Amino acid sequence: MKRRHKRIAFILVGLAGLAVAAYLVASAFRNNLVFFFSPTQVAAREAPVNQTFRIGGLVQEGTLKRENDGLTVRFTVTDTAASIPVVYKGILPDLFKEGKGCVAQGKIGADGVFEADQVLAKHDENYMPPEAGDAIDKAKHAKEASKTVVAN
Amino acid sequence: MIPEIGQFALTIALLLALTQATLPLIGASRGHRTWIALAVPTGQAQFVFVAIAFGCLAYSFITNDFSVLNVATNSNSQLPLHYRLAATWGSHEGSLLLWALMLALWTAAVSLFSRHLPEEMVARVLSVMGIISVGFLLFMLLTSNPFTRLFPVPIDGRDLNPLLQDPGMVVHPPMLYMGYVGFSVAFAFAIAALIGGRLDATWARWSRPWTTVAWMFLTCGIALGSFWAYYELGWGGWWFWDPVENASFMPWLIGTALIHSLAVTEKRGGFKSWTVLLAISAFSLSLLGTFLVRSGVLTSVHTFAADPKRGVFILAFLVLVIGGSLVLYAWRAKQVGLGGKFEVVSRESFLLSNNVLLAVAAGSVLLGTLYPLIVDALGMGKLSVGPPYFNLVFVPLMAPAIFLMGIGPLARWKKASLPDLVTRLRWAFVISVLSALALPFVFGQWQALVSLGLMLAIWIVTSAVVNLRERVRVTSGQLTTFQKLRMQSRSYYGMQLAHLGVAVFVVGVTMVTGYQLEQDVRMQPGDTVNAGGYEFKFNGTTNVVGPNYQAARAEIIVSRNGTEIERMHPEKRNYTARGDVMTETAIDSGLFRDLYVSLGEPVSGGAWSVRVYYKPFVGWIWGGALLMALGGGVALTDRRYALAARKEREARAVVKTPEVPAAVAASVQMEP
Repeated sequence: MKRRHKRIAFILVGLAGLAVAAYLVASAFRNNLVFFFSPTQVAAREAPVNQTFRIGGLVQEGTLKRENDGLTVRFTVTDTAASIPVVYKGILPDLFKEGKGCVAQGKIGADGVFEADQVLAKHDENYMPPEAGDAIDKAKHAKEASKTVVAN
Repeated sequence: MIPEIGQFALTIALLLALTQATLPLIGASRGHRTWIALAVPTGQAQFVFVAIAFGCLAYSFITNDFSVLNVATNSNSQLPLHYRLAATWGSHEGSLLLWALMLALWTAAVSLFSRHLPEEMVARVLSVMGIISVGFLLFMLLTSNPFTRLFPVPIDGRDLNPLLQDPGMVVHPPMLYMGYVGFSVAFAFAIAALIGGRLDATWARWSRPWTTVAWMFLTCGIALGSFWAYYELGWGGWWFWDPVENASFMPWLIGTALIHSLAVTEKRGGFKSWTVLLAISAFSLSLLGTFLVRSGVLTSVHTFAADPKRGVFILAFLVLVIGGSLVLYAWRAKQVGLGGKFEVVSRESFLLSNNVLLAVAAGSVLLGTLYPLIVDALGMGKLSVGPPYFNLVFVPLMAPAIFLMGIGPLARWKKASLPDLVTRLRWAFVISVLSALALPFVFGQWQALVSLGLMLAIWIVTSAVVNLRERVRVTSGQLTTFQKLRMQSRSYYGMQLAHLGVAVFVVGVTMVTGYQLEQDVRMQPGDTVNAGGYEFKFNGTTNVVGPNYQAARAEIIVSRNGTEIERMHPEKRNYTARGDVMTETAIDSGLFRDLYVSLGEPVSGGAWSVRVYYKPFVGWIWGGALLMALGGGVALTDRRYALAARKEREARAVVKTPEVPAAVAASVQMEP
């Protein structure tokens, strides 16, 4: 009997430990999911307010501007259908260029400007971040679909 | 001509691997001694041919043979020789060939160093490794041929990704792959044991050194990768919870659990099924890591290839290997048995808790790594799991694991007494708590997490001292303390050294997280900025020309209390062949702090945006990892492995009576 009690205690302690671990993992997980939205979705106000998310697409040509402090930059991210202005304070990754793909992480401000706290680095000039590529593809499909509707 | 020889060698290697994967395995179960005997020569011959193939590819890179597609896309005639060599494994195809070469190398090593094992055991182990080899060679020949020719032949190559043009890149992948692939040996031993139905303390002693070696390589490989990211990416971080990093970290966590579990199996015959499961998991996660990195499913630094066909192949192979071994496990694990009984308070249960915590940690990394991929695959949107998740999960999981590290080595096997442990460890505990509470004031502001981290680190050291003192005291004989210290086994010192490595690592992580200073600033020539008591003066940039790049090179003079201590020269490079821009960080490393400077972008009129970082104790992170690996190395030199090997050889030489099983007798006769 004593042996069995011990074993039961052992198993109970183990299960309790696992339950605590599972709870920790699950709650940390839920709070740290960062969702991705395309400029079209952001323009349609599908993105959450006051919550961090990612936005991706092309850096629109001719929109990259640097403020006088030398660190704050403003640019526009587009999926060719919609464009969202982005502001970022910090040093941009090496392969950040106008006309190339980029992904930024941050929150959308009340003025509709995306305040990025992170601009993700890409390490090959021909490489398109999958999220950004996806957003552009979707926008293209949407455009083509609307064209066909008009043609009919 | 040379590339064709390479391809031909690969094909022969595949045929050899096929033989190695099938005949010895069948032979071992049917007792065909000639088939069993095929394992060693086919394994060794396979190594020779894969090595020839690898040599051919390396030769093509070194001689700038741009008629080979792989060379043309990943090398350039301007590239220095050592990077041309490193470019051999810089591409998807080349890194797979490196994988296959490592696997063949491990196979050859097993065939050479396992002469004292029963021959049918060796046959099964080599066969299982042959199966894996078949998978990889087939994958290479079908989807990723490194020797594909290019026509018309370009005049020059596209150059190696500048990020990879770094001494770290020369060493990092081979190290990491040695680790990844090394777990295939533990895996093969586990599968062989499941098939043969023999799983005991001897089995654990056989597979333990292999597992330790693989783990050492993996530890070094991960540490190198982390160090590379630190100085090459230019952001000053040492770990990003990037999926590719996670891919190498998961096998490490499980491998660490496996090392501890194998200790129980060897010493007490316990945890048998669990050990087998861990061995299967460690290698499965290595394969999964290869899949994640090589299939192009990730948005990441390391994903050089983006070809879904390859992904499907690896995925199918993955399902086959992992699924197959798990089915085998479910079918045979009962025969393996659970092993010896133990009490709730015993060294076994401490080690079990450590195993559970490590496994849960690995599971949580797996969740965070795979969830975004699954959601994406199901078309439910795109998302990512942020680093805060991993940090939040890891601190509460690893803190108790590290705390138990102090107690475990002092607890008795089978049954220990909690009050007794408390008495023995109370001073160690008091010292660690008090010093941890006080120490943060020395460095600056008091922070709870810094105190916790330091407490754990000091606890590991103080409890190890207690342990060592007790060990010396119970060692009998008229000996000096020094002689008694020398009498302790190498595997004991190895363990303590590795644990010390964890302490050093924890100090590094704690201090750098708690007290690092990061400043992104705009600097005109002549401007100064302060960080961590150091003054950084920007002297502007000059243009320099490298072998395959042009660069802007800044001079930053660092001084402390008015005296100059260092001139740092970070660069912004433009690699001409690809037009890639790269940041070259300048780091002044010290035992207690790193000064880290990297250039952002030119702003206007000679001004640049500059990152100026002060990183206290950051070097301890990699130093700790190195100590862990070193501990593994010390444990390997333990005399009992050599002694047991000699005994087993002698035993087999003596057994020549006809009553022994046919296979064993056969193996004895095969002995030269």
